[in-house]
Amino acid sequence: MAEAATRKPRGKGAAPPAIARDQLLRAYRDMLLIRRFEEKAGQLYGMGLIGGFCHLYIGQEAVVVGLQLCLKPGDQVITSYRDHGHMLATGMEARGVMAELTGRIGGYSKGKGGSMHMFSREKNFFGGHGIVGAQVPIGAGLAFANRYNGTDRVSLTYFGEGASNQGQVYESFNLAALWKLPVIFIIENNKYGMGPSPERASASRDLSKNGAAWGIPGTQVDGMDVTAVKAAGDEAVAYVRAGKGPYILEMKTYRYRGHSMSDPAKYRTKEEVQKMRTEKDPIENARKLLIDDGVDEPTLKAIDNEVKAIVQDSADFAQTSPEPDPSELWTDVLHEA
Amino acid sequence: MAALTLVQSVNLALARAMADDPRVLVLGEDVGIDGGVFRATDGLLARFGPERVLDTPLAELGIAGLAVGLAAQGFRPVAEIQFSGFVYPCIDQIMNHAARLRTRTHGRLSCPMVLRMPAGGGIRAVEHHSECPEAMFAHMPGLRVVVPASPARAYGLLLAAIRDPDPVIFLEPTRLYRAVREEVADDGAALPLDRAFSLRPGADITLIAWGGMVPEALAAAETLAAEGIDAGVIDLATLKPLDMETVLAEVARTGRCVIVQEAPVSGGLGAEVAAGIAERGLDQLLAPIRRLAPPDVVVPAPRLETAYLPDAARIAAAARETMAYT
Repeated sequence: MAEAATRKPRGKGAAPPAIARDQLLRAYRDMLLIRRFEEKAGQLYGMGLIGGFCHLYIGQEAVVVGLQLCLKPGDQVITSYRDHGHMLATGMEARGVMAELTGRIGGYSKGKGGSMHMFSREKNFFGGHGIVGAQVPIGAGLAFANRYNGTDRVSLTYFGEGASNQGQVYESFNLAALWKLPVIFIIENNKYGMGPSPERASASRDLSKNGAAWGIPGTQVDGMDVTAVKAAGDEAVAYVRAGKGPYILEMKTYRYRGHSMSDPAKYRTKEEVQKMRTEKDPIENARKLLIDDGVDEPTLKAIDNEVKAIVQDSADFAQTSPEPDPSELWTDVLHEA
Repeated sequence: MAALTLVQSVNLALARAMADDPRVLVLGEDVGIDGGVFRATDGLLARFGPERVLDTPLAELGIAGLAVGLAAQGFRPVAEIQFSGFVYPCIDQIMNHAARLRTRTHGRLSCPMVLRMPAGGGIRAVEHHSECPEAMFAHMPGLRVVVPASPARAYGLLLAAIRDPDPVIFLEPTRLYRAVREEVADDGAALPLDRAFSLRPGADITLIAWGGMVPEALAAAETLAAEGIDAGVIDLATLKPLDMETVLAEVARTGRCVIVQEAPVSGGLGAEVAAGIAERGLDQLLAPIRRLAPPDVVVPAPRLETAYLPDAARIAAAARETMAYT
């Protein structure tokens, strides 16, 4: 990450932002890219072009984008199945992600993985996992390897508040604390693990403290505010990179769309969703901060246009890239000598 | 009587079992307020209340373990696993505990639980949501594995599974949940477990299938009939223990068989059926036993699913080849 550019004078009365303007601009651009990408994915799904599953990240953009700003090359990311945003945030190509959604050969998994199962060694994105909580011990394993190899890389291991009730999450907490593994456990608390809210599914009222028994520090963060995410992420990364062991960040966030594309959403009201969209939208709020900071409309408009073009290009590519040949069914099952 | 889909029949059987027996509880992820991902438990919460219809956290191993504990105390828990690919975290509780409670306690305890889940492909739902894990469960002594293939059989077999004193893995073919309707009487009558259903007599060849492949086999038999080949169809229904008597009787009559499975070929239930026929029915065979199954690859993403799964056309083709053997 480049050093922050020289700061211009702030808008009147604005509190000093936690991140520099160029970083906030990048965050705005990346969040907008994820938002528009996901909206387009939702459309393509509605048109019957996406088979299998499709879990949209709309509403939660500030979490991955803010945390990505805290990383340096080599740091690793692993998450569950609501993963399109994470991939775009790590710099994976929109084309490859969208084409994977439509099951085409140009997708990151050659059209064989689908929405939940994409990877990029180059961008250090280790998936995309479909089983709730199963990526958490894998993330601890990534961290073990990093420490063993003598690097100061950190592993960002994302999971939802629903997954925080899975047993293997706690086995991972214990191992990570016992061996001081450089892993940040990020609980993306979007309030609903498909249906149940944490109040109905967990006796813990502060998920950031779920590692307390093992002495793992934790922080609750406003995950709708990219500057708060960045500030908390910096602290956590510094702690973990210094070799002090794991850290928990509970990101209080919100998903606007259903759990997947087929969700009766009996668990919340439309008014609740609308209220969050109006009052807490991470992109709108970043936009306001930028304007307060003196960024002009043409600059923001240029970002909007760039994002729109990337998303449209990815959608075009995802509909024109060929379908995998049936012979692909037999490839990459076992090592072929 | 009402014409019901398979998933409605499951719902009807669950409601019936809960009404008949206060020891029956339903638990799982989103089975309460949402009524289950496929709506199999729709309306049960309103009718039977949150004490008996439990929305659990996302914790499959915990769900399975809780059910074993309840069953050990004489309850009849019916636990839902949201998709068959999510059952793997439960394996320890199912294999090491549910299946062995009776043996381990010399019959002092039993484990009358049902673990239900949608299973199989055909709905473009990729891995974790399309698996057929039946062979894995069938391999474990102490478990019964049941796969219904029609709305009426789903109703009768699920009632039987819930009333059975031992653990039953109940695999509901996802592709059949809403595929057809059938008259189902809510008469509380269970169908026999451990029995195959001979759905169509045949003189020339026997098609042996279960779950989602049964309608495909029936369709293939129609095609073959138009060509002058009289194909019979057996729905195995209970995969463990296997009703080899029905299979052997049918195959003895026709001398030819095609065994169709939706799970990858190696180590599948089809191999067990084939071995049973070879061991006890070899003298009756006029042609080699034929197995039809997907290759040994992971369930692919939607665009390759048709290349992966057997279907009526492939079953008919395999039957023709078997008929052509001299």
